[in-house]
Formats: sequence, structure tokens, C-alpha cells
Amino acid sequence: MGDVANYMEGLKSQLGDAVGEAKAALDGVPTIEIKPSAIIAALKFLHELPEEGFDLLTDLTAVDWLQYPETGERFELVYLVCSTKANQRIRLKCRISELNPCIESATAVYKGAEWLEREVYDLFGIRFDGHPDLRRIMLWEEFEGHPLRKDFPTRGLHPVERTPES
Amino acid sequence: MILNIGPSHPATHGAIQIVIELEGETIVRADPVIGYLHRGVEKLAERITYHQFIPYTDRLNYVSCFLNNVGYVMAVEKLVGVEVPERAQAIRVILSEMSRIMDHMVCLGTNVVDIGAFTPFLYMFNVREWGYDILEEVCGARMTVSYCRVGGVSDDLPKGVEEKILKFCELTESTMADVEGLLNKNRIFRDRTVGIGVISQQDAISYGFTGPNLRATGKQWDIRRAFPYLTYDRYEFDIPTHDGGDIWARYWVRMEEMRQSVRIIRQAIKDIPGGRIISDDFKHVLPDKNGVYGSIEGLIHHFKQVMHGINPPKGEAYASVEAANGELGFYLVSDGGRSPYRLRIRPPCFIYFQAFEQMIKGHLIADLVGVLGSINIIAGELDR
Repeated sequence: MGDVANYMEGLKSQLGDAVGEAKAALDGVPTIEIKPSAIIAALKFLHELPEEGFDLLTDLTAVDWLQYPETGERFELVYLVCSTKANQRIRLKCRISELNPCIESATAVYKGAEWLEREVYDLFGIRFDGHPDLRRIMLWEEFEGHPLRKDFPTRGLHPVERTPES
Repeated sequence: MILNIGPSHPATHGAIQIVIELEGETIVRADPVIGYLHRGVEKLAERITYHQFIPYTDRLNYVSCFLNNVGYVMAVEKLVGVEVPERAQAIRVILSEMSRIMDHMVCLGTNVVDIGAFTPFLYMFNVREWGYDILEEVCGARMTVSYCRVGGVSDDLPKGVEEKILKFCELTESTMADVEGLLNKNRIFRDRTVGIGVISQQDAISYGFTGPNLRATGKQWDIRRAFPYLTYDRYEFDIPTHDGGDIWARYWVRMEEMRQSVRIIRQAIKDIPGGRIISDDFKHVLPDKNGVYGSIEGLIHHFKQVMHGINPPKGEAYASVEAANGELGFYLVSDGGRSPYRLRIRPPCFIYFQAFEQMIKGHLIADLVGVLGSINIIAGELDR
């Protein structure tokens, strides 16, 4: 956690109060809460650091906090980036509301965000501005609903088998 | 011309569809369509307990099931804060490396058979059969082993299995020597693999590549060295890399990795410590059967964990293993209840498949088949 201090200063000086405090999660990875308007700038800053250069986007996913509305906005986006030079991981999080679940795409910083964001769009319904090709990936195009949301039932909405029409 | 390959096709590994646009015979665009094996495992995890999810992890990368078990169980152990005894860690290392060898045998065997070399495929699958015999003896199942438990492994190694594992290592080495003799200097194989499906190191890192596909572009990056887990920091092994970034480089790196896995297995068997094979923190770890049938505390712990589950603290944890195909990560978010609030599986195949279009642009359909095999797409892990 000591090395995080190096770039926390840089992050705060660039982005001001959009950056929260760095806390260590249960696995020891420093986790920083960032406002949605500044998350891509934060990713870009970490990506371009000369020494550490967080070059690998390990994971991009979302969590639906519908059952705990007191913790903040409904959707939480989690970006896990890794520096191959410094053997360090860092987790960035931001919360977006369900009324307009939309955030800037990270494909400008990491090419690997393309499919990861498509999956988050497919399963959670969060849109990514600036994504080159935002469409469903796991499910078919005509599917209605976003399954990993907490209000989507585990058994699905409709039966999937086609019944003979004639 | 638009051509549809799959999802039911002998050359696609699993149910994967690729829609390609051809100009003459050259591919100009490709759109992979996935999700044919999407089983909603991440959603199912939200209603079952942490222990009950272990068999689901087997079905992810179903050619090297044990590595998935290890990854998931490590994430739960980080979340809960359970120490795994050293003997269990060494057993996990031995079986992980055996699973890695078996996965590489499938990847290379099917890759070369798609290119046309049939004999190495059979030689390599023979090695898998020996591996399956050992796994059946140790874990009780050939493929979907579910051998890991939170806090250790479910059973100790049976007597005499160490010699069998060493014989498995010898068989691996002799099979690799045979296959390399057949393929490495084969003019046709070289022509079909060198320079085909190239990805540069910079692009690979930008896409998020890890594992042998990244090492085949020249980057030395291995989770076992970068974030050491289990007892990997005690063993000596090299990280093979190759600068080509093409099918040949990925083939070569996987072959060398199998040699390193054999090296690790031999060291691990020599130094295997004694002791418990599962932690004794019975509030979060299933107690052994003597305790369950013999003591009231064991019975109560067993009952609570089976009927209700464990209650980890609120928070999140991410654990990743160097799976045969790359960094397989499990991200668990807990709200203190009996089921994970969110379970995210970071599949290496998903990351590789996005770069597929870039790798085959300008090549022929026959090259597409070779490239698809070399990046080792396993539909179970891709779609979850």
C-alpha cells in the first residue's frame, strides 16, 4: 500500500476532489472511489505513468447495489488495472445512477475494454459513450432485459423454448 | 462474400460462431459471435453458498478443471481470511501443473490436427489419459474434479500416487520429444504457422492479454512470479518467451511451459511437506468426517455450513491464478450473507477472442482455423 502514495498525489493534483481515498480491500489491493466524470481521466493518468504505467486492464465489471440503496447510486463500475513493470494492482470504482446509466468508454485507453464493456452493457444495461460497437455479446439481439441486474429473476422472464406456431 | 463459420463446426473449439467477410479468398473483416454456452453462472452464484459454487468452477475451462477450482477457492480464502496449510498448497501446485500440462496437450493437439497433423494429436491425448487416471485416483473424477475446498483440499494423496505422477512426467517429456520431432522441422507446419496470426506486444498488452499468448509476443509476465501464490516461490522454474507473436510462437511457448511444469512437479513432489490438508478454522472450513461424527462442535459446524453457508465479512476480494490459458481471476463481493453478492469470473479466453479479428485480417480461411486453435478458446470459459 505504500507505493500507492506516489500516484495518489499525482491523481489528486490532476483531478482534485473527484478522487476519494485509497483503501485496501480484503485482498490487499488499493481501491479508490472516483466520480464518474473523472474515471477515464484517472485511468489515462495511471496508464501513462512513466514508472509504473498501469498497462494491463485486468478486468472491467459492474455490481448492482439495488438491495443496498443506502450505500449510494445503484450501479458500481469496477476497473482493475495492473502494472506489469511494478507488479502492482489497483482498483478504481465509480457509482452511476440507474436513471441514466451511462459513462464514458475506456476503449480510448485500453483496447481490451471493448468486449468487457459490451458484456457490462449486455448484462447490466450500462451504456458506454464513445464505444465503437456497443451491442449485446452473450445474449441474442432481441433479448429483453439485463440478466445480472438484481431485479431480473434467475429463472428468466419468458420460457426460452420455441413452441411450434402452426 | 459473407461466410458464416459455426457455431456447430468441427474446427471451432466449442460452440463459437465467426461471421467473416471475404474478398476473394482473403478475410477482410471478422465478427466473432459468442454466448452459445452462456449458462449464467455468475447469476446462479448469487443464490447458492460459497461452498456449493466449487463444482460450477470445474465447468469453466473444462480441460483443466483443477486450475479453476484453485482460483475460486483462493478468492474465498482471501475474503474470509483462512490460512491454507502447506501440504495442501503443495498438493494444489502439483495438480495445477498437471492440469496445465493436460490443457496444453489439448490446445496443441487440436491446433495441430486442425492444421493437418493427426499423429501428434493422438500422442498428446494419450498423455491426457494417463493424467486422467491419476486424477481419478486422487480426486475421484477424471475431468470435473471439484477437489479443492475452502481452506485446503478435500482428501490427502493416496499412497503410491507420487510414483505415478513422476511416471506421468516422464511420459510427458517423451511425448513432447516425439511431437517436436514430427513438427518442429516440418516444412509444411512451419509454413502454416510462422508469420500467421501475428499480434504485436503493444497490442497484446492493450487488449489485456496474459498467459502463454502474451509470452509468445516476448513479454515475460507470469502471475506465479508477479503475485506469487501457493508455494510457487519455493520452486525454480523459467518463464519461456518468444518474440514472434504468431501461431508458431504460441506453440513453442506452450511446449516449453510443459517442460517447466514437469520441473515444478518434480521439485514439489520431492519437497512435499507433511501435516494437515485442510485448515482447522471450522467456522469457515468444512470439518473432517471424524470431527463431524465424533464431536458435537464438528457436527454443528458441518450442519451450519451445509445448510446455511459461511458468512464472510462485508467487502471484496480478487484472486487470480496463472491458469493454463492466462490469468483466470475471480472477483467476489460479499454483503455478509450466505451467498456472494456478486461473483465475477475474469476469463482469459474472452480477452483473447476480441483480438481475433486483428489477428486474421488479410489471411485465408485455413489460417483462421490455425489461429483460432492457437489462442486456445474454450467455450465454457468464454461464455461462462
